[in-house]
Amino acid sequence: MLDLLQNLGRRGLGVFERLGRASLLLVQILAGLHTLLPRPRLVIQQVFSVGVLSLVIIVVSGTFVGMVLGLQGYNTLVDFGAEESLGVVVALSLVRELGPVVTALLFAGRAGSALTAEIGLMKATEQLSALEMMAVDPVRRVLAPRFVAGFLSMPLLAAIFSAVGVLGGYFVGVGLLGVDEGAYWSQMQDKVDLYDDVYNGVIKSLAFGWVATWIAVFEGHDAVPTSEGVSRATTRTVVYTSLAVLGLDFVLTALMFGD
Amino acid sequence: MAPQRDNDEPLVTIRDLTFRRDGRVIFDGIDLDIRRGRVTAIMGPSGTGKTTLLRLIGGQLRPERGSIRFAGEEITRAGRGRLYELRKRMGMLFQNGALLTDMNVYDNVAFPLREHTDLPEPMIRDLVLMKLEAVGLRGARRLMPSQLSGGMARRVALARAIALDPDMILYDEPFTGQDPISMGVLVRLIRTLNESLGLTSVLVSHDIAEAASISDYIYLLAGGRVVAQGTADQLYESDSQWAQQFLQGLPDGPVPFHYPAPDYAGDLLAGDEDREAAA
Amino acid sequence: MMSTRTTEIWVGVFVAAGLAALFMLAMKVSNLSALDEEDGFTIEARFEDASGLKVRSPVTMAGVRIGRVVAIEFDKQSLQAVVRMRIDRRYDTLPADSSASIYTAGLLGEKYVGLEPGAGADECEEAALEAELEGREPEPCEGGARVLRDGARIKITQGSLVLEKLIARFVSQFLESGGKKEAAQ
Ligand SMILES: Nc1ncnc2c1ncn2[C@@H]1O[C@H](COP(=O)(O)OP(=O)(O)O)[C@@H](O)[C@H]1O
Ligand SMILES: [Mg+2]
Repeated sequence: MLDLLQNLGRRGLGVFERLGRASLLLVQILAGLHTLLPRPRLVIQQVFSVGVLSLVIIVVSGTFVGMVLGLQGYNTLVDFGAEESLGVVVALSLVRELGPVVTALLFAGRAGSALTAEIGLMKATEQLSALEMMAVDPVRRVLAPRFVAGFLSMPLLAAIFSAVGVLGGYFVGVGLLGVDEGAYWSQMQDKVDLYDDVYNGVIKSLAFGWVATWIAVFEGHDAVPTSEGVSRATTRTVVYTSLAVLGLDFVLTALMFGD
Repeated sequence: MAPQRDNDEPLVTIRDLTFRRDGRVIFDGIDLDIRRGRVTAIMGPSGTGKTTLLRLIGGQLRPERGSIRFAGEEITRAGRGRLYELRKRMGMLFQNGALLTDMNVYDNVAFPLREHTDLPEPMIRDLVLMKLEAVGLRGARRLMPSQLSGGMARRVALARAIALDPDMILYDEPFTGQDPISMGVLVRLIRTLNESLGLTSVLVSHDIAEAASISDYIYLLAGGRVVAQGTADQLYESDSQWAQQFLQGLPDGPVPFHYPAPDYAGDLLAGDEDREAAA
Repeated sequence: MMSTRTTEIWVGVFVAAGLAALFMLAMKVSNLSALDEEDGFTIEARFEDASGLKVRSPVTMAGVRIGRVVAIEFDKQSLQAVVRMRIDRRYDTLPADSSASIYTAGLLGEKYVGLEPGAGADECEEAALEAELEGREPEPCEGGARVLRDGARIKITQGSLVLEKLIARFVSQFLESGGKKEAAQ
C-alpha cells in the first residue's frame, strides 16, 4: 500500500517535472522567435514539411468526413422533413468541431510524429550537440521554426478540411440525394455565424496548433537519445497530442458555445 | 586584449575538475593541460568520461568544482553569449560526424559560415571548396550525408569543424569503426591539418597505435583520475600498471574484468532475488 | 532534395489554398457578406416576456434578416425585458411606429425578433400631437415621416409566446365555454 502511494507520488512528481521542462522549453522557443524574423526561409522550409506534406491526408479525410456527414445528416433529417437543413448540419459540425479536431488528430499522426522523430534523431545522432558546439542554438535554429510552422499551418489545414468537407456534403446531399441546391447554401449561410462558428473554429485550431507542435517539439527534444527512446517519444507525441486536443476541445467548446 | 602570452602557455588548463552524473563521480579532481600547436591524446577505457570531458571543455556541461580555462578565459563561469563566442574558436568532431542530415555535403560545410558570417555566397563557395579540398572530398559536395561512408562523413565533419578557422579541434574517437585505409587517411589528416593550419588538437581515442603515432602528449584516464601521462615513449616505458594494462590490452589489471559484484559463491547460493525482481 | 524554389512555390500554394478555404468559410458558408452590423445603429424594445431570445438572435423584417440582438436586460422598474438590437446601417429608414414581436422559427426553432412597419404616413402630425399632450416641443421631422434612429425605442411590442401559457389559456377557455354550454343546457 505504502509502495503504491510512493509509486504514485513519484509518478506525479515526474509529470510535474516534465511539465516544468516543457514550459521552460516553450519559454526558450518564444524568447528565440525574434531571430526568425530576418530568416523567413527557415519557417517556409518547415511549413513545407508540416503543412504541404499534410495536405493530401487532410483533403482526402475532409472530403470523406463531409460525405459521411451528408449521408448521415440526410438520413436523420429526412425523417423530420428537414433535409433542407442539411447544409447547416454539415457546415456547423465541420466548422465548429470536426474541422479543428480531426485536423489536429491527423496532424498529430502525420506531422507531429514526424517532428518528434526528426528532432529526436537529430539528438540521438548528436546533431543538436554539434549545433551547440558550432555556437548555433538548436532551440532557435531547429525548434523555433518548426513550432511557428506548426502553429501557422494548423488553422490553414483545418480551414481546408472544413471547406472540402462542406463540398463533400454538397456532393452527397445535393448531387446524389437530391437536396435543393439553393436550400443547402442559403440555410447554411443563414445559420452559420461568422463570429460564433467560423472565427471560434479558427481560434480552436490555433490553440490545437500551439499545443500539438509544442508537444511534438518537446518530446523530440526530450527524447532519450537512442532508437528506442525516439520511438517511444514518437508514440507519446501522438497519444498526448490526441488526449490534449480532445480535452482542450471540451474546454474551449464549453467556453465558446456554452451560454 | 589579453597580454601577449608565452607560446608555451597551454591553450586549455584544467584544474581540480570534479563532475558527477546521477550521483556517480565521473571526474574526481583531474588536472590536465592542452598545449598550443600540439596534438594531445586523451585515452581511457569506454565509459571513463572522455566524451564528457570534451563536452566540459566545450561548455556544454558545467562541472561541480574546478576550473577549465580556454585561452585564459574561464569556461565554467562564462555566460551564454560569451560561451557561444568561445565556441566559434573550437571545432568539435563528433563520433559519427553528426552532419545535418537534411542538407548536402556542401551546405553542411557552408553552415557555420552562413550562420556566423555575412560573407557573400561566392566567397562562401570558395571557402567551402577549400575546406573540402583539404579533406579530399571536393568531388563529393553534392552528396547527402546518408550517401557517405562513415569515414567520409567524418572527413566532411572535419571540413565543417575547420570552416571558421578555429584555434582548437576536439576529436571524439575519430578512428572507431574505420577500416584500415580510412583510418590511415584520418590519422594523416589530423596531423597535417594540425601543422598546416596551426591548430591545437585534442584527440580522444582508444586506438593506441594510431593515437600514439600522432600525439605529442598522452593522458590516460581511468576511474575518474589521470592515471598516467607523458609522451607515447614515456608511457610505453613507464611502470604504471594502468599504462601497461591499457597499452597492452590486458583483460585484467587495475581496470577489473568484473563489474563490481558481491562474492561469486555467495551470489550463486543467494537464490531468487533476480527472479523476484523480474516478476 | 527539393530545390528551395520548388519548396517555396508549394508553400505559397498551400497558404493560398488555406486562405481561400477561410475566405470560402467566411463568404459562402457563413454570412459575412450579408450584414454589416458593426457600424449599424442600435434600437431598443421592451417585452413582457423575452424567454428563449438570446444575444445574437436574428432581427428580421418582412422575413429578411436586418440585424441582431446585442443585449437583453431586465428593467427592475417596469419589470420588463429590455432588448437592444443592432440594425444594419443600410436599413436606416424603418418607420418609427414599427412594432416588434418575438417569434419562433418553425415549430421548435430558435426565437427571433420580427419587426412590422407601422402606418408611418402621418407620423409627423402624430408625433407633434403626442409631444403636445406630453407638454414638450415636437421633434423635427424630415420627409414627412419619422424613422428609427440610433437609440430609438419601439413602443408596440408582443413578447414570446410560451407554450405552457398558451396551453393553459386554451384549456381554461375551453373549460369556461364548456361550463357555459352545460349551464345553457
Ligand atoms: N546523458 C547522460 N546521462 C547520464 N549519464 C551519462 C550520460 N552520458 C554519459 N553518461 C555516463 O557518463 C559516463 C561517461 O560517459 P562518456 O563520457 O560517454 O564515456 P566515454 O566517452 O569515455 O566512453 C558513462 O558511464 C555514461 O554512462
Ligand atoms: Mg565517448
